Amino acid sequence: MAEALLEVRDLRVHFPTDDGLVRAVDGVSFSLERGRTLGIVGESGSGKSVTSLAIMGLHHGTRAQITGHIKLDGEELVGAPAGRVRALRGSKMAMIFQDPLSALHPYYTVGAQIAEAYLVHNKVSKQAARKHAIDMLNRVGIPQPATRADDYPHQFSGGMRQRAMIAMALSCDPELLIADEPTTALDVTVQAQILDLIWDLQRELQSAVIIITHDLGVVAELSDDILVMYAGRMAEYGSAEDIFDDPGHPYTWGLLASMPRIDEARLDRLVPIKGTPPSLINVPSGCPFHPRCRYAGFTDGRSQAEVPELRQVSPGHLVACHLTADQRRNFRTELVLEETEATAARTTQGEG
Amino acid sequence: MTARAPAPRPVVTFIVRRLIATIFLLIVVSVITFSIFFLLPRLAGQTTRGLASQYIGRNPTPAAVHAIEQQLGLDAPLPVQYGRFLRGIVLGEHFDSGTSRAYCPPPCFGYSFRTQQPVWPQMVAGLPVTLSLAIGAAIIWLVAGVSIGVISALKRGTLFDRFSMGIALAGVSLPIFFTGLISLALFSYKWPIFPNVTFVPLTQNPLLWARNLVLPWICLAFLYAALYARLTRAGMLETMSEDYIRTARAKGLPERTVIVKHGLRAALTPIVTIFGMDLGLLLGGAIITEYTFSLHGLGLFTILAINNQDLPEILGVTLLAAFFIVIANLVVDVLYAVVDPRVRH
Repeated sequence: MAEALLEVRDLRVHFPTDDGLVRAVDGVSFSLERGRTLGIVGESGSGKSVTSLAIMGLHHGTRAQITGHIKLDGEELVGAPAGRVRALRGSKMAMIFQDPLSALHPYYTVGAQIAEAYLVHNKVSKQAARKHAIDMLNRVGIPQPATRADDYPHQFSGGMRQRAMIAMALSCDPELLIADEPTTALDVTVQAQILDLIWDLQRELQSAVIIITHDLGVVAELSDDILVMYAGRMAEYGSAEDIFDDPGHPYTWGLLASMPRIDEARLDRLVPIKGTPPSLINVPSGCPFHPRCRYAGFTDGRSQAEVPELRQVSPGHLVACHLTADQRRNFRTELVLEETEATAARTTQGEG
Repeated sequence: MTARAPAPRPVVTFIVRRLIATIFLLIVVSVITFSIFFLLPRLAGQTTRGLASQYIGRNPTPAAVHAIEQQLGLDAPLPVQYGRFLRGIVLGEHFDSGTSRAYCPPPCFGYSFRTQQPVWPQMVAGLPVTLSLAIGAAIIWLVAGVSIGVISALKRGTLFDRFSMGIALAGVSLPIFFTGLISLALFSYKWPIFPNVTFVPLTQNPLLWARNLVLPWICLAFLYAALYARLTRAGMLETMSEDYIRTARAKGLPERTVIVKHGLRAALTPIVTIFGMDLGLLLGGAIITEYTFSLHGLGLFTILAINNQDLPEILGVTLLAAFFIVIANLVVDVLYAVVDPRVRH
């Protein structure tokens, strides 16, 4: 096994507020090698964005309490001097944000913003930086990059803006690229193009990529590994095959059931997960998912009382759930059967 | 797509369009003010004869009143008078009544009741005072207000923030006739650091010009700096939480660049607008400040005109003030187009 580029160990990000301590991320661990893609999945408020901002060192120094370890290429980032993290930001690790319109500065041309990213980390002339910016725009598929570089973000379409963001993030050939909901604000047709672009560039640059999303479909296309987060904790972690073919956590089952699939009959059999994500100040006792979990009653009260530990269910596949392996297998089989029957029933209805 | 228009062209057409609109606006303003001052009194029973007698003083003889009426054309219908008024502003006006002749060079705003002199030269005499006062104070309040606002925003909740915002509240609340009189009492009389506050033209003695204006500048700037500090603070707090600031940090830019180039640049846009309006308004006469410090600028001129019910003077100064405000508006709009590319396209 190659040395991991990114090692995150027991990361905790807490925000003290007037209402209490917000445990936005509470004990997250994973590692990522060069050339691999990790998908972090979860609902809003599950801590996926907070995790990525912590890696980038973008949390406000006095407002966030960050503990644990983040090692980039062996270098510890938690507690590292701000200047050192700043030097790595944009050069060794870069980030793409959700809404490219608000993430680009409205007063500067796209070319200037990309050139700026290159200029901070490279001792080159402004002309050279501009040329590099045009090259980058060309690389991400912007037509006529030399003229479009002088456009302002509002003159770009949504997809082109996100391409420009990607060009900016990749301008210093980062080894780690974090994409925070890179396609959420885009049209469906453009989403696929952007994902393809990230996929192509990653293979070309052999960088490590973290994709953060609430959309399992996005992750399915790109990820080697998947981390499912719930209420700031890890619910399940494994390879993409593990998560899609043999999901172990009831929350993952819920996510999969609520994901539209083209290969299965009709869209109206989407099953939403009941209830809402918990408050991160008063996280439910025991397993944070238990108030919304159908199977919480089958664990002799342990779901309500004990925080489930991550257990290895197969090599490299970790699940934080109190259900026994047998229970999980049975419930999963039941659930899949239920869904198949419901689909079948509807199909017959439709025919009759 | 291939042949894109060069950047300055839209700005030029924009300016030309705005200039035409500006001239139209000034004409509308002049019609309204002219009607207020010449139509309304007439509706209320004021006769042209009464108007003419204002020029004569006590115990006017009917013949003299009639002569004035003839000479100034006060007996003509109002639209004709308005036409003459406009023509006078552009071309100047010859007054000829047989016995006396007078020429009022352009821009002619008519004759003052009080001094019987053309209005324009008197207004012009006050202009350097008001310009010196307003522009000097504007520079002080802009620099002080914006920098205090930025520091307050970045150090939100600290002692500096609370202290400066407290001072700012005082600055917004305390009127100039209070701060002005206190500062005069302390720094001009008790400790005569700035004695004899009178206006000395810049060309005559720059040092004395500046020294004598320090107190009025500071008092006027205090009021506005307080307002600008609060505005800048609010604007900075808002922009610094924008997504593009996070992007700037994610690029690895030094914090100073993030604050000044990305944060302040955006936060300053609304400040530019308000600054233009405030300066335009002040150029029409910083009435209270000039009155408090007895500076004979447009503001004091306005007060005298109103106290004497000197209609031509009031009309002239109103139009001049309107002119400054409209021009300031124009400058603000052009600046806005320069500052914010989204307005341009």
